[in-house]
Amino acid sequence: MTRAVAAQRRSLAGRALKVRSAVRQMDCALLVSVALLSVIGALLVWSSTRTWAAGSPTGLVNKHLLNLVIGWVLFAVVATADARKLQVYAPLAYLASLVTLGLVLTPLGATINGSHSWILLGGGFAFQPSETAKPALILMLAMLLHRPVEGTDRPRGLDVVLALVATAIPIMLVLLQPDLGTTMVFCVILVGVLFFSGLRKRWLALLGLAAAAGAVAVWAMDVLKPYQVARFTAFVNPDVDPRGVGYNSTQALIAIGSGELFGKGLFRGGQTMGRFVPEQHTDFIFTVAGEEFGFVGSIAVVLLLGVVLLRGLRIARMCEDRFGMMVATGVVTWLGFQTFINIGMTIGIMPITGLPLPFVSYGGTATFANMIAVGMLQAIHVRARSFR
Amino acid sequence: MKSPRRTRLLVLQVLLVSMLAVLGVRLWQVQVVRGAEFAAAANETRTRNVVIPAVRGQILDSSGRPLVRNRAALVVSIDPAQFGKMKDGGRAVLERLAAVLGEPVEELRKRIRPCGPNVSRPCWPGSPYHPIPIAQRVTKRQALQILERQEDFPGVTAEVQAVRDYPNRWHAAQVLGYLQPVTQEELDRKAELKKDFSGMDLVGRDGLEAVYDDYLRGKPGERRIGVDRMGKVTGLESQVPPQPGATLITSIDAKVQAVVEEALAEAMRKKPKADGAAGVVLDVRTGRVIALASRPSYDPTVWTGGISGAEYERLMSPKSGYPLVSRAIKGEYAPGSTFKVSSVAAMVKDGYPLKGKYNCPGSVMIGGRSFSNFRGIGMGVIDLHTALLKSCDTIFYQAAYEQWRRDGGIEGKPNPSEPMSKMARALGFGSKTGIDLPGESPGRIPDRAWKKELWKRTSKESCARAKTGYPEVAKTDPPRAAFLKRLAYEHCVDGYKFWPGEAANLSIGQGDVLVTPLQLAVAYAAIVGDGKVRSPRVGWAIVAPNGKVIKEITPPVIGEVPVPAHVRHYIRRALSHVPSDGTAAGAFQGFPFHKVNVGGKTGTAEVYGKEDTSWFASFAPAENPRFVVVVMVSQGGMGAETAAPAVRRIYEGIYGIGRKPALPNGRPPDRPPVIAPDGTVTP
Repeated sequence: MTRAVAAQRRSLAGRALKVRSAVRQMDCALLVSVALLSVIGALLVWSSTRTWAAGSPTGLVNKHLLNLVIGWVLFAVVATADARKLQVYAPLAYLASLVTLGLVLTPLGATINGSHSWILLGGGFAFQPSETAKPALILMLAMLLHRPVEGTDRPRGLDVVLALVATAIPIMLVLLQPDLGTTMVFCVILVGVLFFSGLRKRWLALLGLAAAAGAVAVWAMDVLKPYQVARFTAFVNPDVDPRGVGYNSTQALIAIGSGELFGKGLFRGGQTMGRFVPEQHTDFIFTVAGEEFGFVGSIAVVLLLGVVLLRGLRIARMCEDRFGMMVATGVVTWLGFQTFINIGMTIGIMPITGLPLPFVSYGGTATFANMIAVGMLQAIHVRARSFR
Repeated sequence: MKSPRRTRLLVLQVLLVSMLAVLGVRLWQVQVVRGAEFAAAANETRTRNVVIPAVRGQILDSSGRPLVRNRAALVVSIDPAQFGKMKDGGRAVLERLAAVLGEPVEELRKRIRPCGPNVSRPCWPGSPYHPIPIAQRVTKRQALQILERQEDFPGVTAEVQAVRDYPNRWHAAQVLGYLQPVTQEELDRKAELKKDFSGMDLVGRDGLEAVYDDYLRGKPGERRIGVDRMGKVTGLESQVPPQPGATLITSIDAKVQAVVEEALAEAMRKKPKADGAAGVVLDVRTGRVIALASRPSYDPTVWTGGISGAEYERLMSPKSGYPLVSRAIKGEYAPGSTFKVSSVAAMVKDGYPLKGKYNCPGSVMIGGRSFSNFRGIGMGVIDLHTALLKSCDTIFYQAAYEQWRRDGGIEGKPNPSEPMSKMARALGFGSKTGIDLPGESPGRIPDRAWKKELWKRTSKESCARAKTGYPEVAKTDPPRAAFLKRLAYEHCVDGYKFWPGEAANLSIGQGDVLVTPLQLAVAYAAIVGDGKVRSPRVGWAIVAPNGKVIKEITPPVIGEVPVPAHVRHYIRRALSHVPSDGTAAGAFQGFPFHKVNVGGKTGTAEVYGKEDTSWFASFAPAENPRFVVVVMVSQGGMGAETAAPAVRRIYEGIYGIGRKPALPNGRPPDRPPVIAPDGTVTP
């Protein structure tokens, strides 16, 4: 009895010790950056929703904080897990993603804000499978490609084909929603992971050509919806229709630009209060930072995201095993792409695409997916360090 | 770790760093380099300027009584911009609004459509970017229904606004003028107006409201309010209070005006064929206008709150007799015998002896045509005094014929002397008096130069018609077509010639001569007064809201009667017997001349195909004239029969004969009323 208790206590103590040592071994700069971005994100969500959402002075911030708590718990679970276990869970996560993405297309799927990419959970909560599919796809691709041809550093041909197929299936499902932004993210993830799988340059070039041909085919076959084409047209020339598609990018630019050097201060952004920028707490959250925190504040957000990305790259570099390295580079290319596209569209250098800003935008599933991704980075980092 | 992978990691790192750099540079460009520009754009999208209309200045009479004042009214307006954003163009809202206002929805829709070349009233003549007043006579209950259910009435507001009020209804309606929304063309034309105006502003369209618009209008204030994307007000950013307009004090006396209006109405009632009348009362000593009336008139309140289609049609229709047109300043009529004061002065100036005797036969032959007195009665050998008193025509015919011959007859010699038309012009006929009212007519004094000018302008057409004839008339009336063709031929060949009959007709105010009632009053004031021709003024003083006098208006002297004072006195004395012993004796029978002596001259002008124009031009007191009163009744018959009794009524009203006097002691005030800063008026 006492022994059992003692054993249990020992195991508990051991686990606590393990967690503590894991936290100590984590990448501190990455941890702090993500924490700061979470805080900033919460403030911006508060600011952008307090004037209208649900008639409460706190707006959607309570819900966002709950999402963050769940996100951080998920982070803790993943980060303290053994990185090798990720490989075991990869097919499971991937299959779950395919199933949930498929469910969106059934009557269970719901349309929120014009995009049919949700599953309603009740109680005002909704789940967006395309977000969690991103880390799941990374794991799956890394798992498929991590075993090299004997004696070389190159992936096996069959594995590359499998990786292409594994990416094509979720892309098909997402395109049926349709969600162009997520499709692009999936493609970028594939490119990122393939690039670091050691695939020969000539194969990479060939795949690139095939992708370009595919893009031309998509354009020629009118697969894109008219509004998607319109977004690109408006990006090239925003004055074409300033009240229509050009409206978003014009208003986003005005909000950010009017912040000038030091911003108008938290809760003092007139453009934000007047809700001139649509989707301001989600896809266009960066405009709140631009208006209320000014150049100084928005550069800070960019730099924090930069720290996250560069630390992720450092983890990839330090990682000895192929799987961990590919997961890390996959995460970095994904988050980097999404950061650049999201901020770029608010300041008029990228077309408008429905992608949230990592760690900052409102949105439960996206927050969870991002935190899981950072958790994976930390787990890889912890494992890499324990080998030193 | 093998080196190709390191290279690839380095590639990704370079990619990430350059991506961050691109974002940073672009942010610097957007927020710092172009920051001010975007801040200005943000200000523009986030705030909206709301014009606070300035209260328009009042128009007062010479004792401080209001002629035009303001009254608070509940006004319902709609915002066309917000209606435009609605899916159905605001149709549903308009239908609900029509139900509340109890008006057909079609009528409301007509009121808010923009006016255009093919869209006539009712329509919105103002700017398409500003609220359109859709109903200005709204009850409190209706306004509350709209304000309390704003969700049912997006883009509709109800608020208290100052609207024009006319306590004397149709008195002096054409003098006061009216207001209409400023049009986009007016704004475009006058750049400096743009900052003073919003589309909801009204601008004076006629009368004093138009002439003194700059003073009366005031300066609208501006409220800068914050709005959100939906146009919902989020707060007040700044406010500039409006500056109320200045008060215009006129020399019009509301009571005298009422007397004149009454007299004209009575004269029109007596003569059912009469189609218009005008009355002018001038202060002889100053040239100020004490009353200026025109009939038919109308109630200017119809303009308040946007004129309805039916009312506008009525005002513009020939059936109502064009009540917007002031006959006193715009109507041109042959003056008849009232013109003889000019002819007497012209004769004396030309050398005819003032105290001489002249033969007044029943008729004279001029240019092969017989010109006769009224009813062909001869008066024997008389002096000019009697010629005026009894209104002999033939003395003037003969003088005019003699002058015409001296000037070279039909063909004319260079630099003809033309004493009759020259005197008429010196008295102000043939050109605008320059009164401070818009749209004045110049009248017409025919002379040799005018005839040549007219021929130059029309001979081409006449010569063409002389050849082609009038086939369109010939279809129905061949004899008339033949006559017209002959006339065209005559005009083509001889049109420039000044016939002796024309000179003769001018001398007794007939033929081509046309004057306005105001011109006649100005000429009489010059002759019976100090000999100076004054450009009359209705405005007397402009007073700022704080009581300070901005401007005092004095009628300028624009000419002088070119005969010595004793000639003018002679004429005045002759005229002062007309009501007692002359042509107007019937009309003034029983008038207390011992109380106030009245002088005047009747006029009966023949108009082809119509009844005569009835005139009476008068002054009082006859010894030392204070007032000139002119009454004209178009198609009113003889002067003694219609106009003279009307003038008598006016004097009875002014001096209080058998009633309360309109002017105590028969004197208009010497000074304009004083307005204290608190708005109280003391005469």
